[in-house]
Amino acid sequence: MGSAAIRVENLSKTYGHGDSAVRALKRASLEVQPGEVVGLLGASGSGKTTLLQCIGAIIDPSGGRIRLDGKTVYDNGWKTTDRRALRRDHIGFIFQRPYLVPFLDALENVALLPMLQGRSDAKARRRALELLTRLGIADRATMRIEQLSGGQQQRVAIARALANRPPVILADEPTAPLDSHRALSVMSLLYEVARDFGTAIIVVTHDENIIPLFQRLYRLRDGVLREEAGEGRPIFPETRGV
Amino acid sequence: MINLAYRDIADGFGRYLATALGLGLLIGVTLTMAGVFRGMVDDGKALLRASRADIWVVQQDTLGPFAEPSSLPDEMRRGLLALPGVARAGNVAYLTMEVSDQGRSVRILLAGYEPGAGGGPEYLVAGRPILRPHYELVADERTGFALGDRIHIKRHDYTVVGLTRGLRSPAGDPVVFLPLKDAQQIQFLKDNDAIFREKRRLAGNPLFNPPSNPALLAAIEANQFANHRVNAVLVRVLPGYDAHAVAAEIERWLRLTAYTDEQMTTILIGQLIAMASRQIGLFLAILTLVSTAIIALTIYSMTQTKLKEIAVLKLIGTPNRLIAGMILQEALGLGFIGFIVGKLAVTYWAPLFPKHIVMLPCDTLSAAGVTLVICVLASLAGIRGALRVPPASAIGG
Repeated sequence: MGSAAIRVENLSKTYGHGDSAVRALKRASLEVQPGEVVGLLGASGSGKTTLLQCIGAIIDPSGGRIRLDGKTVYDNGWKTTDRRALRRDHIGFIFQRPYLVPFLDALENVALLPMLQGRSDAKARRRALELLTRLGIADRATMRIEQLSGGQQQRVAIARALANRPPVILADEPTAPLDSHRALSVMSLLYEVARDFGTAIIVVTHDENIIPLFQRLYRLRDGVLREEAGEGRPIFPETRGV
Repeated sequence: MINLAYRDIADGFGRYLATALGLGLLIGVTLTMAGVFRGMVDDGKALLRASRADIWVVQQDTLGPFAEPSSLPDEMRRGLLALPGVARAGNVAYLTMEVSDQGRSVRILLAGYEPGAGGGPEYLVAGRPILRPHYELVADERTGFALGDRIHIKRHDYTVVGLTRGLRSPAGDPVVFLPLKDAQQIQFLKDNDAIFREKRRLAGNPLFNPPSNPALLAAIEANQFANHRVNAVLVRVLPGYDAHAVAAEIERWLRLTAYTDEQMTTILIGQLIAMASRQIGLFLAILTLVSTAIIALTIYSMTQTKLKEIAVLKLIGTPNRLIAGMILQEALGLGFIGFIVGKLAVTYWAPLFPKHIVMLPCDTLSAAGVTLVICVLASLAGIRGALRVPPASAIGG
């Protein structure tokens, strides 16, 4: 149990005070092992994004404990004063849309994170190029973001999420705007990343097409998190690179 | 480290440049307004400088020829020369009028002076000074007159024999110098019909035309139609004499008003141009406010269109100083390009203005400083907006 990349215990989050208080998370607990991809399901307003924001050190939980990569980062209060550095060094984010910086090219979008971590430009660019190569878009490295297709942009976003070798990736509906083939392609990539880099990945999704891919699922309903067994259906190779 | 501001500007350089150009034209207008004011001051001072007078003697209790009508007999000059401390005294007459040259109408300030007694042009850029007692003139080159041109004024033609530069009235009209007698004639000479009517009126009055004294009418007519009045007398003081003391003596003995050159400058700049100065000052203040608002809105809008990206940048760990630095650098870039464009615009369009526009280096430096400060202030709204974006807004929705 000590080897979990993400461990959340009794996490709660309440918005507002008194009569108008809304309990978005009610003593939620979950665990994700390194190299594992788990799904997080739930209807709109069930608390998925709140849980992701709490784990991602973006908003303050109301109570509970969060451990990332074996370190307690939240225990009824943040254990770090620099949550921005915590996000930068330990967590990768993937969003519904790539949200790349439009005025940087693909390589620079990825290299920005290592640069922010203090690495030299040359090292950061080398690392970015490695990742783009690994994700099959090295030939698009110097292209402007607007010149890339949606799938290529999502790959750049994944490369950016991996740029600082985070032990954790939080993906917020990464397949939402994609058709089923592209959605499967992205999921295939995430599984590869998890396998190759040992990254723990939580994928928030509504997408019925990808839900059967998860071996383990968490479902949120009215702030209550429950674990469910998934089908763990394999991704067929022909969906790769769509 | 990647320079985010540079990359953002390069990405939308056309739009950024267009914004900067627009801002530059606004800065150009602001600089022009400042230049117009400086030009008015410079014009006023140039005319005073050219007069090379220590004391301006004018009609009693008036502010002198540029501020209100001043008329005094030209023989006062001899009385002035008799006073201790007076080295030289020269009569001058000023008159603003329209003249035509080759079908083109030009508004000028006619300055009549006695060559050798002061009040003439300080230097010439072409031609020669006035040497004949009549029908020659020296014109500022802004009149558009050329050497040898014959300019018809009232009843006579005047030949342009010399050109001068940078001499305008405080109202901006180019100055044309001519002999005093000619100026007096132009100023006071009536048309033939008016003279005929006046002569008939005098002849019909038995008091002026008594049968017992036929010479009286001729004497009255001679006095009526001759003009011996001037607008001011310019006095040079002998070395060792104090201009203020000499002016006080003039006022005491000749019952005229005398201003030292310093006092005349104060009247011209402090009173005549004061209204224009306040007006231009207000314009400048409004333009500065408008510029600030436009830069602030531009920077704010530029930031607003990038809020999602800024949220993502914050989410992935970009420090606030990098984001604030990006916005500040973009604002300063706008100001820098805008200022260069504005300065170039003023330089190129100033000669097209009918008014004299003077850009002093100190004004240019001040404008650069003000633009810099405006840009910093204007970027604060954008920076504030950017720093208030919660990184959480990158997730969900």
